[in-house]
This record gives sequence, C-alpha cells and structure tokens, in this order.
Amino acid sequence: MERIPILQMGDFLLVTIQVDMHDELALTLQDDLSERISKTSARGVLIDISALDMVDSFIGRMIGTISGLSRIMDAATVLVGMQPAVAITLVELGLTLPGVITALNVERGMKLLRDRVQSE
Amino acid sequence: MTALSRQTIDAARQNEGQLLASWQASLEASGASRDSRINHAEFEAQTREFLRLLVAGAHAGDSGNIAGSEWADTRGFLDGLSRSRALQGFDSQTTANFIFSLKRPLFELLQAQYANNAAELASQLWAVTELVDALGLYTVRAFQKSREEVISRQQEELLELSTPVVKLWDGVLALPMIGTLDSQRTQVVMESLLQRIVETGSEIAIIDITGVPTVDTLVAQHLLKTVTAIRLMGADAIISGVRPQIAQTIVHLGLDLQGIVTKANLADALALALKRSGLTVTKAT
Amino acid sequence: MNILKSGSQPVRIEQDVVMARQVARKLSVEAGLRLIDQTKLVTAASELARNTVVYGRGGDMDWEIVEDERRKGLRLTFRDQGPGIADMKLAMTDGWTSGSGLGLGLTGAKRLVDDFSVESAPGEGTRVMICKWT
Repeated sequence: MERIPILQMGDFLLVTIQVDMHDELALTLQDDLSERISKTSARGVLIDISALDMVDSFIGRMIGTISGLSRIMDAATVLVGMQPAVAITLVELGLTLPGVITALNVERGMKLLRDRVQSE
Repeated sequence: MTALSRQTIDAARQNEGQLLASWQASLEASGASRDSRINHAEFEAQTREFLRLLVAGAHAGDSGNIAGSEWADTRGFLDGLSRSRALQGFDSQTTANFIFSLKRPLFELLQAQYANNAAELASQLWAVTELVDALGLYTVRAFQKSREEVISRQQEELLELSTPVVKLWDGVLALPMIGTLDSQRTQVVMESLLQRIVETGSEIAIIDITGVPTVDTLVAQHLLKTVTAIRLMGADAIISGVRPQIAQTIVHLGLDLQGIVTKANLADALALALKRSGLTVTKAT
Repeated sequence: MNILKSGSQPVRIEQDVVMARQVARKLSVEAGLRLIDQTKLVTAASELARNTVVYGRGGDMDWEIVEDERRKGLRLTFRDQGPGIADMKLAMTDGWTSGSGLGLGLTGAKRLVDDFSVESAPGEGTRVMICKWT
C-alpha cells in the first residue's frame, strides 16, 4: 500500500504531499502522523502542499483533523505552500481551515515552529 | 437548401483551373489582390485552396448544409483566413467579398453548362448562391469572433495594467485599487496579488482603497474573500485608505471585518507593516 | 450550443475519484479555462465524484467540451443509479461548515461553477450537472 513519507527533522515532522491522494491514502496519512507524533514526541508538524493543485473538502478536513490531533499531543501543525488558485477555491467553498496555522513556504513554516517551541 | 446537382459539381471539378483564373482576375480588377497587406504568393495560395475545398466539399457531401463534417476543412480554412485578415487590419466587408466574388465565375460556368435548360439553370444558380452566401456569412461571423477575442484579450491586459502590485519593501506588497470594484475585476486582481505574494514571499499585502468611490456589501465581500485567501496562504493583509465615510458604511451595514486591520492611509499601513516585520525607521544623523 | 467532444469515465471506486479529477483537469485545459477556473471545476468534480462513489454506490461521469456563440466550456454530468436524494434541502446544505461531514455539500460545488443542476428522487438515482465557461 502506498504511503506518504514522513521525515523527521529534529523535533519536527515534515510531510510533503506530492501525489493526487485518494481518500484512503489521506486517512492513512492521518493515522501515520498521529502515530509518529506520539512515538517521537514531536513538537511540530509541517505539511507542505506546494505541489497540490487542488484541495477539496475531504483533504481540507483531513488537514483540520491532523491539526486538531497534533494539538492534543502538544505539537503544532503548520500548513505551507498553498497555491493561489487553491486558496481562492477554498475560500469560495467556505472552507477556511480554522485552527490551522499557515505559512508561505517551508522556510517560514520551520521558523514559526522553532519560535513557538523556543518561546515555551 | 437546394443542392448542387452532380452535373454542376462535375463541371466545377473539370473546370477548376478556369474558375480559379477567372476568380483571381475579378479580385485583381477590384484591387483586392494588390493590397500591400497580402503578398501575391499568399493570395495565389488562398484562392487556390479555397476553390479546391469548395469543390471537394460539394463533391463529398451535402452542399446544402455547410455545418456538416464534409465541410469541416473548409470551415477550418475560413476560420484561419478570417483570423489572419482580422489581424492584418482588413474589415469584414473586404474579407467577405473575397468569398462572394466567386459567384460570378461560378454563374458563368453554370450559364455555359445549362444553356439549353432554363429551369435547371435557375435552380443551380440558386443553389450556388445559397452555398456561396452561407460560406461568406460564415466568414463574416468567424471574422467577428476573431475581433472579439482581440478586444477581450486587450480588456484583460488593461485590467491587469490598471491594478499593478507594487513592492513597498522586502516582504511588503501594496495593491492600489482605483475605480469601481466589480466581481470580474476583483477576481483578476485577487489572482495577480496572490500570485505576487507567492513569487516574492511577501508576508504582508496592503490593499489601498483610497481610489474606490463606494464600498457596499458586495465590495466588502470581495475584499474579505481576498484577505481570507491571503491568510490561508500564510500571509496577511492590511486595508488602507478607509475614509471616515467608508468606516461609517461598514458599521452601518454591520459588516464583520474578522479582525482585518484597517488604516486611514497608506503611510500608516506601511508603518504598521514595517513594525510587524520587526523593522524600525531611524534618522540617519 | 455545439458539443465539440464528449466521453465518459466510470466512477465506481475511490481511485476513480482521482482519475475523475485528472480527466477534469486535462479537459479544462483543453477547453481553455483559466487556471483558477480549472481548479474550481476540478475541485467541484472531486466532490461530486466522491458523492457518486460513496452515496450513489458508483456511477459515471459524462463529459462534454461545449461551445456557444462566444466561448467554450466544459460540462460534467455525474450520474448514478443509487438510492437517490431523499431530502433535497438537506443535500443542499453546507456539509462541511458543521465539520461533521454530513450532507452532500452540493451548495459548495454549486458556488464553484457557472451552471449547476441536480435531479434526484428516492429510488431513482441521481444526476448532477456542472458546467464552467471560459
């Protein structure tokens, strides 16, 4: 079964979504991430969607769920790289991903996470 | 629609060369071929090709209906012809005349063919008229479509030019909006602003509405959508140029700005943007 | 209105939803839609394809590249022979704002496209048509 790889970078986990996900794959990612956060006691998760040219309600909800899950496990989730067309479409759909922190790119996202961890 | 008879079609095929010469001669006489915008070789090729397609189309299929698949190549040729004429600056009349002027040579051919049969001659003259008219009108329509495409493209370019996104500082972009904000305009503008944010990695966009005369619910919604999209991407926006009247309208309409900061002028917005970026401005002495 | 090209794509299993998205993307590029309009249509198609698989028990996506006087468009029709929508009003409510995933969220898809229509009745399957123009 294909899985989306999760990289560990110190205290953080990095997920780069580069494939067109079917629902099952998205749910598997959700499960894998929560397991990894728990196992590694990660303080932050960075989800890079710069390669996604479309985000629908299912994927949007998955991202929201991951954000909620990680918060419960004391980690912060940052979503980076959203393409303009995707952002406009999500707004039109009314899907504003409440509670999800976003940053323009991986660099900014990492900085955000580091600042957060440091400020604690 | 009356169809061309087998006899007519065969006669046309056999006399293609003669028809072509006659047609080219009449175009030359009217001065159409001497227009400097078309070189002679091109003119030669176009007349030859069109006549060939016309005869082939009539031979292959129902000459009474040019929308059919046998006429696809002919329609394609006319689309191309109209487009190039439109781009070269010809008007629709000259372009259509190119087609209509083929009637005379065809009529002359028919007169020779049906010299002894007035009834058949009349019927075939009508069939040819209908066919050439249909093709001529198709050409005019294609010509107009090309012109409309050019206009629409120019309008879009104008739209983009009239709302430039400028970089005020590292990480700070400004979008001065001028004029009325309609739905289409806001879309185009939204997209180019978001695109620039990604390209430049700017985290703050200042949308200045000093030049926007009225802000109603629709305009406010558009602005709100734009800012929400900006935030989703990981940047933020400040709206500047909010005059007292506009502030009043916003309160009056009960619009929820959802925590978007507004400033009375661009200078204040820039000051805030710099502050948020962790920058301060100090005197050089 | 002319139909320039048409075809159909089965939407039976999950992977078909991904296929439907990709086909919709390819076709919208072919129809000449701008990037933002492509994205909106593909997103709507993804939602509807999922509905067809999950609620409609599998069906098909018919596609047509159409053209009228001035512009081209891409029309997609999602049809299934499933249980049908019992409560159209419920189906047209925003499923995701409540966060529970209930409701088919057809209004969301409707907002993303230019033309939208849905025909359904209990026991009679469902047909949803969306169209986006250049």
